[in-house]
Amino acid sequence: MADENLEKGSTTEAPEAAPKKKKKSVWKQLVDSQVAKSYFRTGIPNTRRSRLLVVLNSLWLHLHPARTRRHAVRLRYTWCMGGLSFFLFMVLTVTGILLMFYYRPTVEYAYMDIVDLREQVPLGIMRELHRWAAHLMVITVWLHMFRVFMTGSYKPPREFNWGVGVILLVLTLLLSFTGYLLPWDQLAIWAVTVGTNMARATPFLGQEGPGAALLQIGDIALVHAGSDIRFALLGGRFVGEATLLRFYVLHCVALPFVAIILMALHFFRIRKDGNISGPV
Amino acid sequence: MKEIINVISNPPILFTLLVVILFLSFRYPEVFWSGKAMIIVGVSSVLFFILSLFDENFLLIVTKADNVPIVGLIFLILFFTWLAMWQAVKNDKRIAAGKPVAEAEIEPKRVIVWPDLVYIELIALTLCLVLLIGWSVLLEAPLEQPANPANSPNPSKAPWYFLGLQELLVYFDPWIAGVLLPGICVVGLMAIPYIDKNPKGNGYYSFAERKMAISIFIFGWLLVWILLIVIGTFLRGPNWNFFGPYEYWDIHKLEPLVNINLSEIIYIKWFGVGLPKNWFFREIFGIGTLLAYFMITPLILTKKVFSSLYVKLGIGRYSIFIALLLLLVSVPIKMYLRWLFNLKYIVAIPEFFFNI
Repeated sequence: MADENLEKGSTTEAPEAAPKKKKKSVWKQLVDSQVAKSYFRTGIPNTRRSRLLVVLNSLWLHLHPARTRRHAVRLRYTWCMGGLSFFLFMVLTVTGILLMFYYRPTVEYAYMDIVDLREQVPLGIMRELHRWAAHLMVITVWLHMFRVFMTGSYKPPREFNWGVGVILLVLTLLLSFTGYLLPWDQLAIWAVTVGTNMARATPFLGQEGPGAALLQIGDIALVHAGSDIRFALLGGRFVGEATLLRFYVLHCVALPFVAIILMALHFFRIRKDGNISGPV
Repeated sequence: MKEIINVISNPPILFTLLVVILFLSFRYPEVFWSGKAMIIVGVSSVLFFILSLFDENFLLIVTKADNVPIVGLIFLILFFTWLAMWQAVKNDKRIAAGKPVAEAEIEPKRVIVWPDLVYIELIALTLCLVLLIGWSVLLEAPLEQPANPANSPNPSKAPWYFLGLQELLVYFDPWIAGVLLPGICVVGLMAIPYIDKNPKGNGYYSFAERKMAISIFIFGWLLVWILLIVIGTFLRGPNWNFFGPYEYWDIHKLEPLVNINLSEIIYIKWFGVGLPKNWFFREIFGIGTLLAYFMITPLILTKKVFSSLYVKLGIGRYSIFIALLLLLVSVPIKMYLRWLFNLKYIVAIPEFFFNI
């Protein structure tokens, strides 16, 4: 299927190619206008040269190399999982921003705002899009990692980028986890309670972790329910108002910020390390 | 029939069964990862799934909104694992015949990204968006009762991608299941490129050239990560008790709590004396077992199994490799100890919250 398309894609002209007429068509005039030339610089990419230039001259397309290995564009090699993960991240950003218009991260309003979204917005599927895209992104990121492993693409010179990818995987899970709390329903609060209860047992840093009892000055315990790592995570002894705000800020600002920077690094390294991997 | 499947899905039986199948699939890759095998497994698992939907308990658990992606995940992962191994086996045949791998043989060697790659990406993301919109229209995002800290649901479950860790809580204390093992998992993943010094299999699918790396990775990925998530999602009901896929989640189901510590087995059952007061003497056998596992097993393995690998990797890389491997294997070992001997802790020092 993909192969068939490929053959076509590489031989036929781009569909926008101007029809041959003596008088300049409206389309041709548009394409040749100063505005079009300034925004699309290279014009219609219908020659080999302009097709190379269109990638080289665009910041966004420049995420790609101008040329790439033939086998690397086949679906069966990459499964497109990395690209889809990035796309889902963008879907999540857009839907997430829209959701932020309606949502207030306080115990008083959070749940009611979600109910409003559900009851009052006609044909509203933003929350659904956001939630299902998040689940899907976890899956695509895992499959991306699996593909990279199975093609041995973590091997030199890509060791560092594999490491960046592992951190991005962890960030994906953390983004998903912090978002889980925001609807402030029973599902949310208890899932996060169960998840963060484990932090209580962190060695040395959690009040019930091995070694925490050793951290004492005289009779005063340094690590207790009001000072351990779980307390720092939740902003309290239980999942409550402070937790909601913390998770909201982490979910909407802090984690996406780190993720975007690491993604930029990840994509940059793909280019620098010789693009999509292939046999030497 | 349903009864049989309920019994087979018991974690000990299910896990053992899948370990055996996975082992056989690595032993006879050409049989297990062939197109025919995929069609048989694919069709029968889809049929199994559709037929099972007629069972109300099964229907209830798989159509729970947040569980739908995990149903998809199972099929996707089966398919992509097969897709990777299928290509790997095909490439192995080519390599054995002295031909270049499939990835190297496609002509022309290079293509221009516009349009050859850009439009594939466009199609992929359009399809993805269509799928997502369809999914969103058909299935409403779950919203339960407002949060109530006084009323905990039974079972209380973490988000699905952490259910593997929650399942580990059955066998390990939280500091291992929730902190140590996930931490090791992240560090271990990042360490892979530095441990795996095999220069072959870079940039193409291959199994024969990287047998050990792929076997270990797929074992960890399918059986320790994904399978535990599936068990935690579909097979764990109230009080985290086991329920077969067709079993009603009876909140009153009783499971006898008969788990005992290694120290109790040794001092009370075997020696017939009470537990020593001093924790060190009480736990000395457990500590000894652990030391033996982490100190003596590597020596034996190095001598018998990995002698050439040891030479290849050098002492530093090899030590990290063997430590990570032993930690990975320790997970199923502890699971089996629980299933077979009801062993609770190998080392139990509640004085320091230190239980293994």
